[in-house]
Amino acid sequence: MFRRLQVMLMKEFLELRRDRWAMFRLIVPLLIQVIVFGYAATFTVSHVSMTVLDLDHSQASRALVSHFAANGRFDLVDNATSRQQVNADIDAGRAMIAVVIDAGFARNLDNGRTAPLQVMVDGTNSNTALIALGYISQIVALYQAETLQSAWPASAGAAAPSITISMRERPWYNEDLADRWFFIPGVIGTLAFMQVISLTAFAVVREREVGTLEQIMVSPIRPFEFILGKTLPFFLIGLADVSLVTTVGVLWFGVPFVGSIWVLLLGTSLFLLAALGMGLLLSTLSRTQQQAFALNFFLVNPFLVLSGFAFPIAAMPRVLQWFTVINPLRYFLVVIRAVLLKGVGLDIVWPSMLAMAGLGIAMLTLSILRFSKSLD
Amino acid sequence: MNLKRVLAIAFKETLQVWRDPRSLAIALLMPLMQLGLLGYGVSLDVRHVALCVYDQENSQASRGLIQQFVASNWFAVVRNLHTERELRAAMDRSQCIGAVTIPRNFTRVLDTTGAVSVQAVFDATDVNTTNIAIGYAQGVVALATTNFGQAWAQGHGVQPQTVGMIDLEPRVMFNEGLDSRNFIIPGVVAVILGLVGAQLTSLTVSREWERGTMEQLISTPVSALELMLGKLVPYFVVGLVDAAFCLTAAVFWFQVPFRGGIATLALTTMLYTLVVLGIGYLVSVRIRSQLGASQVALLLTMMPTTLLSGYTFPIDQMPPAVQAITLLVYPRYFVTILRAVFLKGSTLGELISPILGLIIFAVGLIWIAARAFRKRLD
Repeated sequence: MFRRLQVMLMKEFLELRRDRWAMFRLIVPLLIQVIVFGYAATFTVSHVSMTVLDLDHSQASRALVSHFAANGRFDLVDNATSRQQVNADIDAGRAMIAVVIDAGFARNLDNGRTAPLQVMVDGTNSNTALIALGYISQIVALYQAETLQSAWPASAGAAAPSITISMRERPWYNEDLADRWFFIPGVIGTLAFMQVISLTAFAVVREREVGTLEQIMVSPIRPFEFILGKTLPFFLIGLADVSLVTTVGVLWFGVPFVGSIWVLLLGTSLFLLAALGMGLLLSTLSRTQQQAFALNFFLVNPFLVLSGFAFPIAAMPRVLQWFTVINPLRYFLVVIRAVLLKGVGLDIVWPSMLAMAGLGIAMLTLSILRFSKSLD
Repeated sequence: MNLKRVLAIAFKETLQVWRDPRSLAIALLMPLMQLGLLGYGVSLDVRHVALCVYDQENSQASRGLIQQFVASNWFAVVRNLHTERELRAAMDRSQCIGAVTIPRNFTRVLDTTGAVSVQAVFDATDVNTTNIAIGYAQGVVALATTNFGQAWAQGHGVQPQTVGMIDLEPRVMFNEGLDSRNFIIPGVVAVILGLVGAQLTSLTVSREWERGTMEQLISTPVSALELMLGKLVPYFVVGLVDAAFCLTAAVFWFQVPFRGGIATLALTTMLYTLVVLGIGYLVSVRIRSQLGASQVALLLTMMPTTLLSGYTFPIDQMPPAVQAITLLVYPRYFVTILRAVFLKGSTLGELISPILGLIIFAVGLIWIAARAFRKRLD
């Protein structure tokens, strides 16, 4: 049996090496994804263009403006002199945020009246706008706290004039809120998933299309050995994908690896099992490589989008959330993020492991059943 | 160039499209499917953040603070914790995204010093959600400060402060509800048209090679330019129908506000369709197998359009080197245009620079593609 398996493996790797496009498909997405998600993709908001219209020209208004400038997240692109100018800045997209301090701002504050502060935000990118608004309200709250403190004479008594409740936030598992730490584990999963599925699907369909499948069937190889020989090379490629990107992520991009390598290895194996099952299933559904390609795109894309690799599953509509239950990638991302960032063990990630194992077994069984039927 | 020959090729190509209803159906339905998938699946809205509460004091004041979190509607309290260890376990198991700890001496510190601090731990594995959740929490705490202050002043018979409060009046423009769908859907339309358009034309010339009709084609008097124009015409129509489908769905199904002019939209969409079809055609001329051509077309369009077009990840937050690269990612211009036309109601004049970007691509691609086709069999 091992001899036959060995021959089969050799044949598969030979075919892969001779296929120019296969190498292209393997390398190019890997490079692009690692570079983009390592360097470019970010939801963090660090440079918000801002324009300020100060109609008050008081010490208080200048102090507030300097608070915005000192924060470091806002780039003052314009000191507007009129409302028209502010509107034009926002309309043309030169500034994302405009702060308008009306005349009388300082006087209102001094006299204990409410001082309105107008902030205009370009909400086109809702996510950036939301985060930037959060920064603005923090800065204003800070400024307010300072004015309150300085306004209260020390002689007025022991108790402070007003009450301040503050919050000290501590982001666990990713203290600097580095986007890469979130994205790189996602890249590891999505790359392995895409590549293993398309390689497996194409390998089987190609045999069928070229007509060599029948030749193999008349050879003494058993169906089980054939499937094993077909899938093992891609399992190894998937494993190589995961190890390579994980290594680059940890050594180059500084993603932590807090947990156990064995848990990750177990998770990866179960995940690849499910991916192989999906690839085989796809191959039984298509007669030509062209069909396999179309089907691959149709089916794999939803699995990628609905995995939580960039967009949280919790934000999806209920129906799509149900769909993610059959998505092995979703479980793998839970496992790999847990292992890399949280450092938790099997006692916590076992439900995801179990789900992947179940999906893998189900899909492999289904595809083997369909496969042997299609040969009759 | 002979118009008759262009029309003849266009007629032949149309017949081919028409006689393959399955492919045509896929070409027309796939964009809608993708729009549904991405339109619903890609959302960055953060609502009802799962919150654990570790209330060490359990007093009226501490419960009042927690009530502020619940009342904000941004948070949903999913668990009450009783020990430090429970907190760690709840976070490890991802049972909550945030955990607020109210210290044992909350009320006493508040009464004596007036300033008290609570601790909030966040699961930062998902950075974006955490960032937004922290913003929400800061807002809740700021509101609590005001409310507690008023209650305190009343309770102690103290006059209202002599210092005025700043009243922050945020006014959100263009996307008033800060709905991430309004931001994402126009981008999704650009991405889908980019993918589908390139797929459509990627098969046109390679099919001739694969089916062996290339020799016949070469023996006709048709020139490279005529061939290209003739081949693009029918797919241009299909591409525009696709665009119309997607844009209509964006407006009427996803309810993205449409404030611009139809003419602006139509003109820019045609320009973009031309660019996209040109890419596919270029690939098709270069690669002689249909499968290889569609794969290369997918690779060339998929990653750049989804990752670097700015449809989810804002370009202005990328490092300068990557920002420079995105100038080559032609969908970024259309993403910009669509968003501006939809949400801001921008006119052609205001969009001159992205339109110029598309024109440069269109002209350049057509020029290269027309020259790439050689009437030779080797």
